[in-house]
Amino acid sequence: MGKVIVVTSGKGGVGKTTSTAALGAALAQRNEKVAVVDFDVGLRNLDLVMGAERRVVYDLVNVINGDAKLPQALIRDKRLDTLFLLPASQTRDKDALTEEGVERVIGELKKYFDWVICDSPAGIEKGATLAMRHADVAVVVTNPEVSSVRDSDRIIGMLDSKTLKAENGERMEKHLLLTRYDSLRAERGDMLKVDDVLEILSIPLLGIIPESTDVLKASNLGAPVTLSDARSAPAQAYFEAARRLAGEIVPVTVPGEKRGIFGKLFGRKAA
Amino acid sequence: MTKVLTDARSIRIKGRSFLAVVLSPDLPLDQWLERLDDLAARSAGFFLDRPVVLDVSELSIKKAELKQLIDDLAARKVRIMGIEGARPSQLTPEMPPAMKGGKPASDVEVTAQEPETEAEAEVAAVVSPAPQRQEAPQVRAIPQSLTIDEPVRSGQSIIFPEGDITIVGSVASGAEVIAGGSIHIYGTLRGRAMAGSIGNSNARIFCRRLEAELIAIDGIYKMAEDMDSSLRGHAVQLSLEGETIMADILF
Repeated sequence: MGKVIVVTSGKGGVGKTTSTAALGAALAQRNEKVAVVDFDVGLRNLDLVMGAERRVVYDLVNVINGDAKLPQALIRDKRLDTLFLLPASQTRDKDALTEEGVERVIGELKKYFDWVICDSPAGIEKGATLAMRHADVAVVVTNPEVSSVRDSDRIIGMLDSKTLKAENGERMEKHLLLTRYDSLRAERGDMLKVDDVLEILSIPLLGIIPESTDVLKASNLGAPVTLSDARSAPAQAYFEAARRLAGEIVPVTVPGEKRGIFGKLFGRKAA
Repeated sequence: MTKVLTDARSIRIKGRSFLAVVLSPDLPLDQWLERLDDLAARSAGFFLDRPVVLDVSELSIKKAELKQLIDDLAARKVRIMGIEGARPSQLTPEMPPAMKGGKPASDVEVTAQEPETEAEAEVAAVVSPAPQRQEAPQVRAIPQSLTIDEPVRSGQSIIFPEGDITIVGSVASGAEVIAGGSIHIYGTLRGRAMAGSIGNSNARIFCRRLEAELIAIDGIYKMAEDMDSSLRGHAVQLSLEGETIMADILF
């Protein structure tokens, strides 16, 4: 049985979809079978970031309604044989999702895949609660700023109360993925520091993704950053996060703290 | 170090709980009213001066029928103070306010002058058909403190009117903790804490680090911007002296 991960945040625009695609591609490169599922019915984006927007025939809502079978709706990635996408419907809205339907689809996906990564819509309404409902693990994507942190806190509260795991009295495994982190701005006080965010949210850290133009470039190319530019700093950070998700112990480095030789020299002079 | 935090003339807003009798009518309503008349005939004046709440959660009736029911009850001198379990579509502004969050209590004993013991038991059963009927007043075996071992997240509210709340963790911005007694927070208080909510002026609030949005003791409250900025970030004890919230930095 595969593991079901929900990538969630509460707030929009913090990098859920980018992170879903990047983590999915990173895990698939370890030769594990991965399905990424877009739960953002009505505002689908994951297909664009995965570069599969022209190959969408059937979607999640079709499968839930029984108009299509799951294998018909799954789109295999052209670059990675083990990576599949279940796209969202653009023409419907989140009311088209039913609890029984989602349960059935997730149950079926779990049988065929090692990882089922659900890209949650923003907000705390039906779409988001259904995306998290059947998850085993939650990745909470947060930007180092106060509104994102507070929304993440709200979502963590919901993960601990509204999910099947929570209702069965089990503990939902939760990880923090800090995205768009800029160490210089954090040092200047424009952004929250890693420790501040961890102190407020008090869940374990999965990784810190540095703010980088590579991420936007990859999105516009229609490729997860871990596929298009695997040597870039954000891609490396996502690879490390994926290894931690898979259970490996990899120490977390704060981006920008391992400065080059010049940085060290200048850093000393400035001090 | 003690600081005066509150203007002496602040407004007190208190929570208080009262015991009301709950009427749960069943369909058809005319027959239920007949039984009520029968009951009223046997113990006259039972509903006089008694707060009565109408529980319509088991009742599927329309707005007009609910209004008629309230009028019928008024004609029998039963005044309704609130309606429980109604859908917003059933209510009009003229009706008594909607109530929620009621807690079950023991059945109401009717103190009739006539020694009609059988009728009394029947009255109690009809008035509050709780699953466990008890002759003696229920002994409330409620623990006087509540301990929470995890952070209180934004959007959550912890309400414990029966006593103290201890939180081993932080209270996030946008979360609230309401206790009848004192509140102890072994972490940072970023949200709201309201102690002594049922009129206990001896209640206190303790936190390892004060970053609160709002604090209140016995209805006297203080917003973040009214608090002395030198208290922020410190371990603080808050207590009430008269109408004034006092703050002490702990260590």
